[in-house]
Amino acid sequence: MGDPAIRFHDLGHAYKPGHWIFQNYSAAVERSSIFALLGPNGAGKTTLLKILLGALKATAGTIEVSGRTAFVPQLFQVTFDYSVLDMVLMGRARNVGVFSQPSARDEEAAMASLDRFGMAHYARDPFHELSGGERQLVIFARALVSEAEILILDEPTSALDLKNQLVVLDWITRLSHEDGLTVLFTTHHPHHALAVADTALLMLGGSRFDQGPARDVLSEENLHALYGVNIKHLSFEHQGEQHETLVPVLPYGTRARNEAANERSRAE
Amino acid sequence: MTTATADRGIAVPSALRKQGWTVPILVGLALLSAIFASLCVGAYPMSFWHSAKLVLHLVWPFSTYNPDLKELTVVKIIRPPRVLLATLAGMGLGMSGTALQGMFRNPLVSPDIVGVTSGAAFGAALAISLDWSPAVIMALGCCTGMMAMACTFSLAKMARGSNDGVVVILSGVFIGAFFLALLGLVEFWGNPFRISHWIIGSFVNADWTKVWTIAIPTLIGGCVLMTLRWRLNLLSLGDLDAQSLGINVGLLRWTIIAVVSVIVASQVAVSGVIALVGLVVPHCARMLVGPDHRRLLPTAALIGALFVLALDDLNRSSVYAALPVGALSAMVGTPVVCLLLWKSRGRGWTRNS
Amino acid sequence: MTEATLSGKAPLSENAISQSFARSSFSQRSFSQRHGWAVPTLLSLGMLLAMLGSLCIGVYPMTFGQAARIVMHLVWPSALPANPPWTVKEITVIQIVRLPRVLLATLSGLGLGMSGAALQGMMRNPLVGPDVVGVSSGAAVGGILAMLWDFSPAGIIALAFCGGMIAMALTFGLAKLAHAGTDSMIMILAGIFVGALFVAMISLIVSKADDAHLPRMVYWMLGTFVGADPKHVAMIGIPTLAGGAILMSMRWRFNLLSLGDLDAQTLGLNVSLLRWLIIALVSLIVASQVAVSGLVGWVGLVVPHCARMLVGPDHRRLLPTAALLGAFFVLGLDDFTRAVIGAEIPVGVLTALFGTPMVCFLLWKSHGKGWGRG
Repeated sequence: MGDPAIRFHDLGHAYKPGHWIFQNYSAAVERSSIFALLGPNGAGKTTLLKILLGALKATAGTIEVSGRTAFVPQLFQVTFDYSVLDMVLMGRARNVGVFSQPSARDEEAAMASLDRFGMAHYARDPFHELSGGERQLVIFARALVSEAEILILDEPTSALDLKNQLVVLDWITRLSHEDGLTVLFTTHHPHHALAVADTALLMLGGSRFDQGPARDVLSEENLHALYGVNIKHLSFEHQGEQHETLVPVLPYGTRARNEAANERSRAE
Repeated sequence: MTTATADRGIAVPSALRKQGWTVPILVGLALLSAIFASLCVGAYPMSFWHSAKLVLHLVWPFSTYNPDLKELTVVKIIRPPRVLLATLAGMGLGMSGTALQGMFRNPLVSPDIVGVTSGAAFGAALAISLDWSPAVIMALGCCTGMMAMACTFSLAKMARGSNDGVVVILSGVFIGAFFLALLGLVEFWGNPFRISHWIIGSFVNADWTKVWTIAIPTLIGGCVLMTLRWRLNLLSLGDLDAQSLGINVGLLRWTIIAVVSVIVASQVAVSGVIALVGLVVPHCARMLVGPDHRRLLPTAALIGALFVLALDDLNRSSVYAALPVGALSAMVGTPVVCLLLWKSRGRGWTRNS
Repeated sequence: MTEATLSGKAPLSENAISQSFARSSFSQRSFSQRHGWAVPTLLSLGMLLAMLGSLCIGVYPMTFGQAARIVMHLVWPSALPANPPWTVKEITVIQIVRLPRVLLATLSGLGLGMSGAALQGMMRNPLVGPDVVGVSSGAAVGGILAMLWDFSPAGIIALAFCGGMIAMALTFGLAKLAHAGTDSMIMILAGIFVGALFVAMISLIVSKADDAHLPRMVYWMLGTFVGADPKHVAMIGIPTLAGGAILMSMRWRFNLLSLGDLDAQTLGLNVSLLRWLIIALVSLIVASQVAVSGLVGWVGLVVPHCARMLVGPDHRRLLPTAALLGAFFVLGLDDFTRAVIGAEIPVGVLTALFGTPMVCFLLWKSHGKGWGRG
C-alpha cells in the first residue's frame, strides 16, 4: 500500500536517564487501518500516545505523522458546562483564525457531524449531562469535523457500560471503513482488539514488541507472555457466522471448583 | 497482656524518646543563647562584648563590675522588652501554625492563611483607632480573630471541603480578604498612617505593657496547646478516625481554634501582621524532629522564636535598613514556601521529615 | 434495543444508536441558550443608561434629561442649538468632575471583568482571578515604585505592567516547577504565595516612603476613583480598550483552551504562544487599572460567575457579558459611595466587602467541587 499514516523510527522513551520505558521501536501504521496497542500498566502505552500527539518529546528516535490527528481521551471532562454543539464546534479550530470566531458554515459542519452519529437532537444540551458513551460519540463527531485523518483513542471502552462499549467499537470500525480514518487505540481488552483491529502491537516492556496482524499476534501464548495470565481463544458460530473471541481464565479458579473444594472440606 | 508485647511496648519507645528529644533541647539552648546575644546587639554604639559584660552583670548576682548607667539602661530597660516581644511572638506563631496544620491535616495552612491574622488585625485596628486600652485591643482582636477562623472553618465545612485542603485554604483566603477590607474601612475612617505602620508588623516601641499583653495569652495558650499536643496526632488522622478512637473531635477542634485565636490576636495586637512564620516554621521543625506533634509542637515554638528574633536582630543591628519585621518575614518566608511547594512537587506535603 | 439487534451481523444503525441513547427526560434548553445574545445586548443598553444615571449622582443636583443633553453635546457638539439650555456650572460639573470618574469606574470594571473571565477560561479554573494569580499585587508593586520615583503616567503603567507580568510568570513558573498542570489547584497556591511576596514588597516600600508620598500611596492601595481626570481616563482607556479588543477577537479560543493543554494542542492550537499572549494582555489591562485606581479586588473573580449564570459558559458570549457586568458592578459601587454613604469610601474596600461574601457563597454552592455550573 501507499505511504503509511504513521511511521516510528527507533523510538524510545525514558523519564529518567537509563530507565527506558520502551526502546528501539520501529513500525509503520497503514492508512485506513485500525491499530490496537496492548500492554499492562506501565508498559508505555500512554507514553507512546503522548509522543504521538506531540505532548511529549521522545528521548530517542523519530516519529512521522502524515495527516491531522484527533485525540479522544479516556473520559472527557470539562470545567465549564459547554453545550454539545459548542464542543463539536471546537474541532474547527484549525479552520478558524486566531482573532476570529467560527462562522455559520462551521456550525453547519458541526451539526452535520453530530447528525452522522445520531446525536443532532442533543446539540443544545449541556455536554456533561451526557453519559460516558454519548460523550465519546460527541468527541468522535468533533474529530470528524476537524477533518482529522488519524484518530487516536486512549482506552475508548474502559469507562463505558457493556452496550456502549459495543457502540464505540462499532463506530471505530465504521470510521475506518467508511471514512478512511486511521484509528489507533489502546485497550486492556484483548477481545476488543481482536474484534476490530487490523494490526495489534503488544508492548512487552523494554525493546520487546510483538506486532503483526491482530489475529496472529493475539495468540494465547503471546497474551500469556504479555499479561502473565491464561487467555483462551474461542471461536463459535452465531447466526451462521463465525466469531472469535478471547476469554481470560481466572487464576484462582472457577466458582464451581471452589464450591467443590468447599463440599470436600465440609464432608471431611 | 503477654510479656513479649509488654517488653516490646517498653523498650522501643524509650529509645525513640531519648533520641527524639535531643533536637528540641539543642534548639532550646540555641534560643537561650540567641536571647542573650540579642541583648548585646542594637543601634546604641556599644561593642558586642561590652554589652555581653553588662548582660552578665545583670544576671550574675555577685558581679563587681561597675557599669556606666546609660549603657546599663540600654541593656536593662530598652532592649529586653523588644527581645522578649520578638521571642514570644515567634513562639506563638510557630505553635499556632503547627497546631493549625495538624488540625486541618494540611501542611499549607497557617494563621495568616486561614484568616485569623486578618480577623485579629481588624479587631485590633478598630480598638487602636478608638484609642482603647491594650487589654481591649487584645480582647477585640481575639474576638474577631476567632470569628474569622470560625467563618473559614464553617465555610469549608459547608462547601463539604473540610477534608479537602484546598477548599480550606480558599475559604481562608476569601474570609481573610473580607476582614482586610473591613480593616481598610477602619484605616479609612481612622488614622490611616498610624494603622498602616502598625499593620506591617514591627517591634519598634516595645515596652513592658506590650510584653505583658503578649506574654500572658501566649504562655497560657501555649500551655494548653502543649498539653493537647498528643491529641493533635490523633486529630491529624482525620475526623472519622479520631472519633472512632474515642476523641470528642468537635470540642477539641473548637478549643484549638479558640487558643490559636487568642495567641495570634495577642501577637497581632502588639506587633502587627507578621506573615508566613506560622507556615514556614512548622515545616522546618518537621524536618528536624519528624511529624510527631509531641516533639513537633515544642520544637516549632522554639524555632519560631529563633526565626523572629533573628529577623528582628538583623533589623536592629543595621541602622540604615530598619525594615519592618512583618515585611522581612514575608520576604524570607515566601521564597521558602515556594521552595517547599517546588520540592514537594505539589503532592502531599505531609511527609517532609 | 433488543439482543437480536446487538448481536446481529450488520453494524448498528444510526437509528439504533440514537435510540439506545434516547433518554426519558425531554431535552431541556437552558435559559442561556434560548436567549443567546439578548442578555449582552440588554446589558450594554443598561450600561449606557447606568452611565448617564451615574452622572446625575452627587452633591450638585442634575436631572437625567439634562445630563443626557450635556453628554450629547459633548459627544456631538453640533447636534444641539447654539444657546444651550444648561449653565456653565452644570457642564463643568459633568465634563470635568463626573464624566471622568464615571468613565474610570466603567473602564476599570470592564477590564477586570474581562480579565477575570479570560484567566478562568485559560486556566480552566473558576477559582482564579487577577488577585488570585498575583497579577494585581505585582502591578501594585510596579505602580507604587513608580509613584515613589515620581514617574509619568505612562511610566506608572509600564512599571505596573512589568510588575504584573513578573508576578504572573512567577506563578506559572512555580506551578510548573511543582510539576502541576496549568489547570490545577497548585496554580492557585502558587498564586497566593507569589501574591504574598509582592504584598510584602508593598509593605517594604510603604514603610520606606516619606511623608510626601505616603498618604497618596495608602489611599491608592485601597483603590479609589477620587481625583479622576481626563488624563486618567486616557491612561486606563487606551490599554483596556486595545487589550480588550484583542481578547474579544480571540474569545472563541478560550473555549478551546479551557479543554486542557493536550486537547487544545491536538485541535491545532499553539497553546503556549496563545497563553503568553493572553497573560500579556491581561497584565496590561490589570496594570492600567491598578495604575489609575489602585487595588480593586475580587471583581475579576466574582463577575465571570454571574456572567456564566446569565449566558452560559460559551466564551463567545461570556467575555462581553463579563466585561459589561464588571463595569456595572464597579460603577454601581462607586455610585453607592457617592450617593448613599456620601463619604468617599475607597471602592477597593467596597468591592472586597461585597465581593468576598459572594465568592464565599459561590464556594458554598459549589460544594467545593468543579464550580462548573457557574
